[in-house]
Formats: sequence, structure tokens, C-alpha cells
Amino acid sequence: MKTRFETCKLHDCRDAFVMTLEELAETDNKVVAVCNDSVGSTKLGDFKSKFPERLINVGIAEQNMVGVGAGLANGGKIPFVCGAAPFLTGRALEQIKADVAYSEANVKLVGVSAGLAYGELGATHHSIEDFAWIRALPNIPVIAPADRIETIAVIKWAKDYDGPCFLRLSRVGVPDLLPAKHIFKLGKANRLREGENVTIISNGVLTHRTMIAADILASRGISCRVVNMACVRPLDAKEILAAASETGAILTCEEHTTFGGLGSAIAEVVVDNHPVPMKRLGVPGVFAPTGSANFLLDEFGMSPESIANSAQILMRRKE
Amino acid sequence: MLPFELRKIANTIRKRDLLAVYEAGAGHIGGEMSVIDLLTTLYFHTMSVFPDEPNHPNRDRFILSKGHTALALYIILSEKGFIPKEEISTFLQPFSKLNGHPNRVKVAGVETNTGPLGHGLPIAVGMALAAKLNGDSWRTFVITGDGEMQEGSNWEAIMAAAQFKLDNLTLIIDHNRLQQGDRVADTNNLAPFAPKLEAFGWDVEEIDGHDMQQICTALSPEKISPNKPKCIVAHTNKGQGISFMSDNVSWHHRVPNKEQYLKGMAELERAVL
Ligand SMILES: Cc1ncc(C[n+]2csc(CCOP(=O)(O)OP(=O)(O)O)c2C)c(N)n1
Ligand SMILES: [Mg+2]
Repeated sequence: MKTRFETCKLHDCRDAFVMTLEELAETDNKVVAVCNDSVGSTKLGDFKSKFPERLINVGIAEQNMVGVGAGLANGGKIPFVCGAAPFLTGRALEQIKADVAYSEANVKLVGVSAGLAYGELGATHHSIEDFAWIRALPNIPVIAPADRIETIAVIKWAKDYDGPCFLRLSRVGVPDLLPAKHIFKLGKANRLREGENVTIISNGVLTHRTMIAADILASRGISCRVVNMACVRPLDAKEILAAASETGAILTCEEHTTFGGLGSAIAEVVVDNHPVPMKRLGVPGVFAPTGSANFLLDEFGMSPESIANSAQILMRRKE
Repeated sequence: MLPFELRKIANTIRKRDLLAVYEAGAGHIGGEMSVIDLLTTLYFHTMSVFPDEPNHPNRDRFILSKGHTALALYIILSEKGFIPKEEISTFLQPFSKLNGHPNRVKVAGVETNTGPLGHGLPIAVGMALAAKLNGDSWRTFVITGDGEMQEGSNWEAIMAAAQFKLDNLTLIIDHNRLQQGDRVADTNNLAPFAPKLEAFGWDVEEIDGHDMQQICTALSPEKISPNKPKCIVAHTNKGQGISFMSDNVSWHHRVPNKEQYLKGMAELERAVL
């Protein structure tokens, strides 16, 4: 039997991103987009037609792109600096550190096709270190929305937020998961499902799989709480500690290496405040083999079935 | 090997490339078609390579810096005997060694992993420098895309190569005038390349990158200027050999449907070599 989250319509969050960006640009001419020969891959074609002068394509030059973004912010613009996540973050990391985070420049970094989205293209194109890299920097929120509703809310929030942020978008299709009227609050997680026996915390494309896993667990008589935690930094420590004390076990799932991402960040809070059994799912510190994003997620133990099994195994470690 | 023989090999490689992209449902076919004549000449005419001993210390070194056109390199390596020809049909399949960008750990004959643009030339500078320090006579070749030259790392390497007088290094720019989303001229125009490279102290030659005779001549050791790194600006067409792909930006990474596949294949079959 298929659960309700397996049968619903899937959306590419890039569409929600560009639609929202166009809306914001209509009403505020400070909004500009900066990209690296990525008009197609970031779906900025319509933005370019509507606001040709406000689409700044610097060519294949990510370090320049982020620096230019910082300069635009200095001149009063609200730049959304968009590119494939691996190159935006990996190539321009020092620009992100010095010019954006350290300088507190009002730059909105938007890494698209993040995580394993570029599957078959290989590990150079996988962006599964970006949480760790950027989370290590002060001043810059790291946010991975789970569906198009949250994407729209985050983009609107980012425009009004006075400071830098890193938004991490996928291209893997996901259904609507958050309530339609969702309003994004920085550092605030969303409990998508109540539960008592165990909590699964995830973000990005993993929240979809987590919701299916919770249905599977329910069919096995297990009450699983599901928390969508878009903000890897700042973390919602209150929600994490509630999960620890009320459900006694926390499983984390992310489209990221298990070295330094969402699971690591949550473990830091748990260890410091309220140790309970935890298990972190993700890419286990290897360069992934060839395969599509969904294939690789399954391969690394993050099919809904495997997530449910991991939750059950974890529960056995509770006192 | 003579130019007409090289043209035949290049045609075989183009056909295999088209089939593999069609079957895999992905690939960067435009840039593959533009680079195949250059790759064929390097591997079947100019370079000393040892398929039975891929890491032979005296091999000439090659880096495909525009790593998104890996498939063309894989086919060349299979035709040379570095990897089995049958392996090409695994391109992009789960657990294949042939993912979308070349990987030296998985594929014999690949020197370094590329994919992010602007990495090949700095590594090539290091290789050429090592040969100089060793007193070795092997040469280093690297191919970049023209859009790729927008990456600043290339220009840092261009300065270094001239400073270190690396006349054992050859950079070939696959100048097909197109990048991913647009024409190079309409994005961040770098053309003309020759005067820029000359100003940095390089010896530069401009050729037709689909004329095997011109490619052979430009790559020959007699054409090296002592103490200067060499840049060949190869004027090419993205999608070369298939009329509806040629010079058309939409074919950067598009996949032909059945009709387009058959049409493209028929054109390659009919090509006058
Ligand atoms: C650092 C980096 N930024 C962006 C990309 C995405 N990308 C892949 S191919 C390409 C265009 C390359 O154009 P060009 O160098 O002219 O190659 P060709 O025309 O030969 O395909 C881009 C932007 C990348 N691979 N690496
Ligand atoms: Mg090009």
C-alpha cells in the first residue's frame, strides 16, 4: 500500500524560488540576481526577460560572482547570488567567509541543485559538504527548505532579512509538506507530525522521505515524531531538547555527509544538554558512486523503508 | 597517422558519442562534438601514451579541463585500449566507472579528476614544472573550453606558466564561441584570446580546430618556441558534424529524441572524410 506522501504531485523547488524572486523584484527594484552562466540551471530565464538589467551574469567565475554580490549589497541592492551549490560554496568559500559573512554584507546566497541532485555527474557536482562549510562561519544562517511552500516563505524572509544567508535548494521533486500558510521564522523548526516513541529530524528533500517513513512506522505501531529543521544554523535547540526529553531517541536524515552537517549540529546540542541515543543518516564520508540522486539516497540507507528500520533499531537503544 | 585516417577515427568516435548520449539520456553532446577532432589528434598522432602501462613515467600528460565532455575522452580511451570498448555502454549507469566527469581513480588513462571548470591548467603547470625539474622530455597538454577561460584560476596559471618558461606545456582552447547558457560574446566576452595570451608571454597559434592537418602541425614539437608556453586557439563549432546541433547553444547538454538521433547518425554516416 502506498502512503499519502507517495502518491501526491511532486514539485521542483527552483520553480517556486524564481516565481517568488520575480514577485519580489516587481515590488522592489533593489532586488537583483547574480549568476555564473547559470540562467538555465537556476531557471532565471523569465527573470532575465522581465528585468534584463537586474540579471547580472558574470560568466563562469564564482569567486567574482560572490565578490560582485558583496559590492552590490554595499551599493544598496539586495543581491540573490545564484549558482549550482557545489561551485557557489566550494569555489567561492573564502569570498563567502570574508566578503559576505565576516563583512556582514546583505547577500543572499542561493545554492541550487544542492545535495546529490546532480547524481550521475559525479562527486565534483555533489554539494554534500555545504552545510558543514558554511555552518562553520559566524553571521550566516544556513537554510534548506523542504518543499515549495517553505521555499517561497524562505525567499520572502530572506529579502527582508538584513544580513547574509545561505539558502540551499534541490531540483529533486518533492510534494507539499508544510501548511499552506506557513511563515518562515529564522531558527524555528516545524513539527510536522506528533509522536512519542522516537523523533526523526530532517530538512531539504529528506523531509519527504521522512514523512513516508513515519507512516511506515505507524503501520508497525510506532509513534514517530517528525521535525522539519530547515535551519542548520541557527538551530532550534528548544525543539531538539523537547524531542530528546519527550521521545528519548533522535534519528537525523540529511542529503549531506555525516561529517559536520545537520545531524552533527543536532548531536552537539544533544550531547551538551540532554544525551539520548541518536543515529545520523547521510552520506557516510565517501565520494558517492555513479547514480541518480534518488538512487544514491536509497543506496545510503535513506529510502523511507530504511529510515523506518533505522528508527526502530535506534529505539532498542533507549533505556 | 595521416589526416584522413584521423578523420575516420574521429567520425567513429562521434557516432559512438551520439549513441551513448542517446542511450544514457544525458551528456554534453555539443562540447563533445567540438572537441573530438582535437582529442583524436592528440591521442592518435601527437602524444606518447602506453595503454598497457597507463602510468608509464615517460607518458605525455593530458588533462581534459572541460570535464563535462568526459564521454568523448572515455571513447577515445576505449579506442586506444585503456578501457574495454563495452564499458562505454555503462556511461552514467549505477556504479559505472564512467560518471559524467573523468575520474583518475576509476578510469585508466585519466590523470586528474575534472568537472569544476578552471582546474586543469594549474595542474598542467605543475606537471610541466615537474618534468622540467626531473629533466624529463614528456610534454603536457590541456584542453579548456572558451567559456571556461572566464575562471580566474586559468589566468593565475597563465602567469605562472610564462614565469616558469614552460615550453613543455601546451594549452588548447576549444573556441566554439558558446558556453552553457549563451554565446561567450554575450556573456563575458574573452575573444580575441590570442593577444591576451601573447601579452602574458605565451606563444600563440590560431587554427581551425576541425582541420586535422592544421591540428597535427600546431602540436608538433618543431612548433615549440624555446622558453615559452604554447597556446593553440582552436576555432571549432559546438555540435560539429551534426547540422542541427552545430553552433546552437541549446545543445550544450540536450539529449536527442529518436528522430534527431537517426538524423544525426545519418549525417555522420554520410560525412565526407
Ligand atoms: C566551476 C564551475 N562552474 C560552473 C559549471 C557548470 N558548467 C558546466 S559546463 C559549463 C559551460 C562551459 O562552457 P565552455 O567552457 O565554453 O565549454 P564547451 O562550450 O566546450 O562545452 C558550465 C557553466 C562547472 N562545471 N564548473
Ligand atoms: Mg565553449
